[in-house]
Amino acid sequence: MAQQTASERRVDVAASAARLKRRYAAERRFRAYGFTAIAIALGFLAILLATILIKAASSYMTAEIALSVNFDPAVIDPDGHRDPQALAAADYLGLAKTTLQNRLGATDRATRREAASLLSSGVDQDLRRIVLADPSVIGTTRKVWVTASADIDQTLKGHVPAEAGADGARLSANQQAWLAQMKAEGDAAIHFNRRFFTSGDSREAELAGLWGAVVGSFFSLTVTLIIAFPVGVAAAVYLEEFAPKNRFTDVIEVNINNLAAVPSIVFGLLGLAIFLNIFGLPRSSPLVGGLVLALICLPTIIIAGRAALKAVPPSIRHAALGLGASKLQTVTDHVLPLAMPGIFTGTILGMAHALGESAPLLMIGMVAFIVDIPHSPLDPSAVLPVQVYLWADSPERAFVEKTSGAIVVLLLFLAVMNVGAILLRKKFERRW
Amino acid sequence: MQITTLTIVLLLLASIGYRLGRGRALTMGRSLHSLPSYHGYYVALWCGVPAVLVLASWLALEPQIIRQFLVDALPDQLRALSPERMSLVINEVRNVARGYATPSSEAVAIGARHYQTLQQTGFAAMSVLCLGLAIAGLAWARSRIAPDLRARNQVEKTVTVFLIACSTVAIFTTIGIVLSLLFEALRFFHSVSLLDFLFGTKWSPQMAMRSDQVGSSGAFGAVPLFAGTLLISGIAMAVAVPLGLLSAIYMSEYANPRFRSVVKPLLEVLAGIPTVVYGFFAVITVAPFIRDLGHLMGIPVAAESAASAGLVMGIMIIPFVSSLSDDVITAVPQSLREGAYGLGATKSEAIKQVVLPAALPGIVGGVLLAVSRAIGETMIVVMAAGLSANLTANPFAAVTTVTVQIVTLLVGDTEFDSPKTLAAFALGLVLFCVTLCLNIFALSIVNKYREKYD
Repeated sequence: MAQQTASERRVDVAASAARLKRRYAAERRFRAYGFTAIAIALGFLAILLATILIKAASSYMTAEIALSVNFDPAVIDPDGHRDPQALAAADYLGLAKTTLQNRLGATDRATRREAASLLSSGVDQDLRRIVLADPSVIGTTRKVWVTASADIDQTLKGHVPAEAGADGARLSANQQAWLAQMKAEGDAAIHFNRRFFTSGDSREAELAGLWGAVVGSFFSLTVTLIIAFPVGVAAAVYLEEFAPKNRFTDVIEVNINNLAAVPSIVFGLLGLAIFLNIFGLPRSSPLVGGLVLALICLPTIIIAGRAALKAVPPSIRHAALGLGASKLQTVTDHVLPLAMPGIFTGTILGMAHALGESAPLLMIGMVAFIVDIPHSPLDPSAVLPVQVYLWADSPERAFVEKTSGAIVVLLLFLAVMNVGAILLRKKFERRW
Repeated sequence: MQITTLTIVLLLLASIGYRLGRGRALTMGRSLHSLPSYHGYYVALWCGVPAVLVLASWLALEPQIIRQFLVDALPDQLRALSPERMSLVINEVRNVARGYATPSSEAVAIGARHYQTLQQTGFAAMSVLCLGLAIAGLAWARSRIAPDLRARNQVEKTVTVFLIACSTVAIFTTIGIVLSLLFEALRFFHSVSLLDFLFGTKWSPQMAMRSDQVGSSGAFGAVPLFAGTLLISGIAMAVAVPLGLLSAIYMSEYANPRFRSVVKPLLEVLAGIPTVVYGFFAVITVAPFIRDLGHLMGIPVAAESAASAGLVMGIMIIPFVSSLSDDVITAVPQSLREGAYGLGATKSEAIKQVVLPAALPGIVGGVLLAVSRAIGETMIVVMAAGLSANLTANPFAAVTTVTVQIVTLLVGDTEFDSPKTLAAFALGLVLFCVTLCLNIFALSIVNKYREKYD
């Protein structure tokens, strides 16, 4: 062994101290990398949610114009029978347009058209609803708030410049002046957008609503639940409690794990080829959508169900078998009730996943433009995420806020389901 | 709906059967083999199951049977049509009969009326058969009730058959996917050769409606699509793997439990957001941002660049990578870490030189699963990536992917026999095979790794 001199030893100590410092710096750096990664990921989440929430806020409001409408019997009910069908068929659009044109003093054809285009093409619905709800308004003059066009809506909300001729402005000089005048007189204002929550889709941004998609999603998820839950629980029970360990069950297991990872769009192709083309089920219907979604979330439910069943301790089974219960009685009367909270949690999470799924539904034609609210799972309908997709695809500027508004509603539903699942787990979680 | 009514009647009959069976068993005295309720279930099953089976097979076969009858009844000039025209006529008849359309000719109107009568007669016959079976089953099963009837064993056998049937649904789904994709893809390969499809570099699936139109021959070379898919998935993985892996390391090795309990669910929120939301985010926020960035740096950026779709897809996959790696890192035995500390390693040295190499196979498996997810992801690319099939490696150019093309080929196109729609199934088959191989490979790595430390 070589003898070290004192000076060499000193150099060694200094070098090792430097090395240690470097190693500690590396340690701190590494730690900082990890923290930064988490911060970046959460930062993206924050930006995403903030963008959507900010854009969504204005979608729950809509511009309205106050009109002093003279509900002229000659226009609305020329026969004087107050027959609801005749009342519903009257020319309310013309009535509203004339009222506004007269109020704004538009006389020649060009300005009359400009004035009329301040109103939404859906104002007839506003007036019709008032008349049908209370036919006694006929013959009187009332001040009513009616829906303004999307251009007015966007201008009032400040999304497009108000000055005529400015880049991106939607209003002509006349319209701009009228709007300023009405605003000053308190006859143009932004109110709660009731239509957004009660009506179906529309080509006109100010008339488009979510309700059709909400109902469609509800029907689809009901079909999914009715099919996926019993089948999933039964499969989980069989695989966990009864299945002998053999080739057949191995194949099933591998299959389930793989199905869980198959791209959802492939399930859409399956639905198109089998449910639509072979069985001839109606296109765009929540029934087919629900069937496809059931196949998609079946593996999730089976895997969650098996985990929940596995968590039930064997002593429960032994006790039941020891008291003379049959194998099936043991499962149905003791094991399954104890595993149910876990299974429910897994099912809710699977359903939440299904609610947000849209790619496979595009394949089975759920992207059609559908105005009517569906009345049964066989009617063509949209679902929430597909509605988001359709609106996001629309070139109209006014649909951007609608899209964000629909996303917020979708995220709210998802949040409620997930929180429900967490609460369920917290409440019934048992440590054995 | 009539079927709902029929189902409710059958359910009612089954519950009556349960009460009758149980009641009869209760009168038999004390020496029953099975509990009275099992006798009830026995009768209810005999009452309900055959009828439901008939109902289900009717629902499955009804369209074919009625179609056959309808074709036989159509006038001769319609029957002489080619199969494709024939299916159009039958669709029209169906729509007219359901009241969705007005008949275009007298023959169709007659056909529609005939279709309605056929449907009604068929349904009536089936209902009678169902109810007859239900009542017969009920009566027969009730007559069989005796003290030594092994009702429990029979009921349990039936339930077990049901359980097995449910667990085979997964297998049938896989078979269904494979068969439907394969069948349509084979029809596609009749008109386009497999080699052209897999190795051709030109993709323009627009087929002309008439043969005299210019540019009528569609080109189905899928290489640009594969390249685009790989490019976007590559960008996504370049974002997701470092971020996901580093956050997993921080969470499992450094973070205290309180930090973990707050941040982990927040990261999971990223995984719970629907992909259509990410797509919208990519379009309205990320794409303009990247375009402006490109302007600043003087790089031309396409409006629908691969970078924006890939970046957003990467964000979506972060929680996937991080939770899988987290599991794997936590599964590395503590003794390995302690050994490293004992030799004087700092925490990060222990992680980099001991824990990560030990966890590597599992992490690779997790990353492969993430890749398969990125390849199959649809909505983000449909909304944020383009339609133009460019063969390029430039992340700022517009590329298209396999999933985007499947969606564009199939949405809004109901005609089912053109190579254009069939091409979607061929692409679907490729997608399915690739993701399946990745999944099987990744799962086998992960499982092997799990067993090693268990």
